[in-house]
Amino acid sequence: MVSRRNFLIGGAALPFLSYLELADTAFAATPKDILVVAQQLDNMTSLDPHEGFEAVGGEMISNMYQKLVRANNDNPDQVVPVVAASWEADAESKVFTFKLADQTFSSGAAVTAEDVAFSLQRAIKMNKSPAFIINQFGFTADNVEARIVAKDAKTVTLTTEKPTSISFLLFCLSANIGAIVEKKVVMANAVNNDLGNAWLQKNSAGSGAFMLQAWKASESISLQLNPHGPYKGNLKRVIVRHVVDPSSQLLMLQKGDVDIARDLTSEQLRAAQNDKDITLIQKQIASLVLISLNQSNPNLAKPQVWKAVKWALDYEGMQKNIIPLSHVVHQSMEPSGFPGTVKDLPYKRDVEKAKALMAEAGLKDGFEITLDHYAAQPYPDLAQAIQANLGEIGIRVKLQSAENRQVLTKMRGRQHEMALSAWGTDYFDPNSNAEVFCINKDNSENAKNKPFAWRSSFKDDALAAKAEAARDEKDPAKRIALYEALQRDFMENSPFAVMFQTTKTAACRVGVEGFRLGVLSEGNTYLETKKA
Amino acid sequence: MKNRLKSFSAMLSSVILTLFGLTVLTFLIGRVMPVDPVIAAVGDNAPEDVILRVRAEMGLDQPIPVQFLHYLSQLLHGDFGMSVLTKNPVATDIARFFPATFELATAALLLATLVGIPLGVWAAVRQGSFTDQAIRVLCLAGHSVPVFMLSMISLLIFYSALGIAPGPGRQDIIYDGMIPTVTGLMSVDTLLAGDLDAFRDALAHMAQPVIILAYFSMAYIARMTRAFMIDALKGEYVITARAKGLSGLKVVWSHAFPTVAVQLITVLALTYAGLLEGAVVTETVFSWPGIGQYLTTSLMNADMNPVIGSTLLVGLIYVGLNLLADILYRLLDPRVQ
Repeated sequence: MVSRRNFLIGGAALPFLSYLELADTAFAATPKDILVVAQQLDNMTSLDPHEGFEAVGGEMISNMYQKLVRANNDNPDQVVPVVAASWEADAESKVFTFKLADQTFSSGAAVTAEDVAFSLQRAIKMNKSPAFIINQFGFTADNVEARIVAKDAKTVTLTTEKPTSISFLLFCLSANIGAIVEKKVVMANAVNNDLGNAWLQKNSAGSGAFMLQAWKASESISLQLNPHGPYKGNLKRVIVRHVVDPSSQLLMLQKGDVDIARDLTSEQLRAAQNDKDITLIQKQIASLVLISLNQSNPNLAKPQVWKAVKWALDYEGMQKNIIPLSHVVHQSMEPSGFPGTVKDLPYKRDVEKAKALMAEAGLKDGFEITLDHYAAQPYPDLAQAIQANLGEIGIRVKLQSAENRQVLTKMRGRQHEMALSAWGTDYFDPNSNAEVFCINKDNSENAKNKPFAWRSSFKDDALAAKAEAARDEKDPAKRIALYEALQRDFMENSPFAVMFQTTKTAACRVGVEGFRLGVLSEGNTYLETKKA
Repeated sequence: MKNRLKSFSAMLSSVILTLFGLTVLTFLIGRVMPVDPVIAAVGDNAPEDVILRVRAEMGLDQPIPVQFLHYLSQLLHGDFGMSVLTKNPVATDIARFFPATFELATAALLLATLVGIPLGVWAAVRQGSFTDQAIRVLCLAGHSVPVFMLSMISLLIFYSALGIAPGPGRQDIIYDGMIPTVTGLMSVDTLLAGDLDAFRDALAHMAQPVIILAYFSMAYIARMTRAFMIDALKGEYVITARAKGLSGLKVVWSHAFPTVAVQLITVLALTYAGLLEGAVVTETVFSWPGIGQYLTTSLMNADMNPVIGSTLLVGLIYVGLNLLADILYRLLDPRVQ
């Protein structure tokens, strides 16, 4: 006979027992042919390759589309042919002829010169955020059909407005804006003359390793194997799940519910380092942490103060104590992994030298200044260290913390005094950063172009001329040499103290091989990824 | 009849006024906050000509009153605008994200009510005893320990260490894309699809966030129930019932509880509204794609149409549940009638 008490205890335990049974059936290891990735997907706005301009979207796009050429992660001075088999420039360096290799779209149709010409024309005509990467060669909506032409099924010519360095052109074409879409499929889905933009934001029509199966914003992205594409491994699908919390990402990785965790912070990476079931893939990416000194402030406009700030900072101390796993000390305006990047580290903490420079500037007693910085870690910790460092040379820093976009909006309005922020490079060519940091033609409030230098009211015509000369140099070796000299000049004579370069880490389960991180997000690729 | 009509029209005007006020406030906050929504749409590195064009396309180059009138006219036509982030109409997004929160909130409220009310009654009946103290500590912990900490501890113990609960997310990866969306409620859709394994998987994934949210809500419900019940037990009608020789259970549940139940309607309505508002932290830790996560992601990216749309929805929920509580109050409490 069951007593009333036992009956009640049994009743109370019933939900728990049945939950155990539920949980038992809920578990299943990720299938061998599906790669599951935990990643923060919350700032992705479009999967149209001629529109998307954010890191995560860029990565997805580069796994679904091919370009004429792609950047070489192992040798940044070269590009790798993809849709293009070969290329040549005419004597004047204005007409560039590309012969195409045999590639196939996910629909099964061959990639033709017409598709290539259409894709590049489409990028120019739509004129979305990344279009400037190729319209800087003089292409406009009005002239692009005459200047980018399919000569025959396998030949495309590009005619630039001015004589152009072929390496500059190729590096720019390696960006996602140079992605090749299938004309027939895209135009079949065009509405209101949008060249298929609305459709391509959530669908794919490329010849890359994968094609888009589904994108559920803030939930997941599923990529499906392109049966006609270049992927040769054992994966049939890649499912990227939106997992915001890095701690949850680590737990899921440790339990085997995901194969790769993409957004672990230093805290989780310390734990992952000691886990024998996890391997870490690290790559220095094209994201720099720097201090900008606004030149509209009379104290910050003095070149001695620029140098004093650079000599006062304890780069190594901050890196070792605050950001040992996520950043490395880096002082050039070009990120490591780019063509011609200078890896010199001329500045290290020298308080006496910095004080002497302050005295030379007539600011022996220092001054007060506000430093705007991002609220997300590690910026508050870095800002406090900077405050302490600069305090030693008399610069009394008041910290102003705000959400990233708030700081950026303030900088774009030139309302900051000093700002600690990050800068991500747009495309794989030294001109990308050189242009925004060195070339500021019009420093007025209503300037047509407002590069990063403009935001801090920095205008140096000599530096700008050097940046333009490097950009236009046709001999690739000389071009690199000019950029190296420019970087050293910039380190010495600019109001920007570049401090660190970000290191990105992908934590993978043992058995996942071949996933590659690129210096730009579009170099993050599943093309060689396999799962044991 | 005339009085009822008057009261109904007053109620309706108050609802409309509240929603209008909410719209004005949210819209203005969105326009004066120190973040440029255009940058959110095109990225920080976009060239100036693209920024200017998109600003005009988004209507942000117009004076704020013109923008507001335009937005209001859109709203009156049932158009909440487009989300920059998801490239979907906000109404479509809300229809996708809200069911996930609704499912979580409803299950949590049911569990919290089923446990919280008996616990509160028990504590009141045994006022001052060890049982009362134990329940008080349990409730205090539920209300004072941060939800994110409870969520992480729960994941660490039940998912990571013991391995008896599934990890974050609404379903296991093997069901990805397998269940057609009909209601948006995973537990219902899996049943409609006739897939019992997927149904069990959905319930298993719900268990942890539901229990944590229910614990948090239960603590409040139990504390309020106890307080109401202690008052009720002092009532003369309860003493009379006891004097008549009725059993303790009958006195508590048949005589004292009905008066408590009326008061609890407001407590339950507000608890439910709070849960439906979106348990942002729980949704974040458990990767639950609900309205709370949608709202915060949009806010962080200065995507204002979804922020206004979601805020209006939350406002509507509060107003609706308050209205429901008022109506139920009138129906159940003869003094109000």
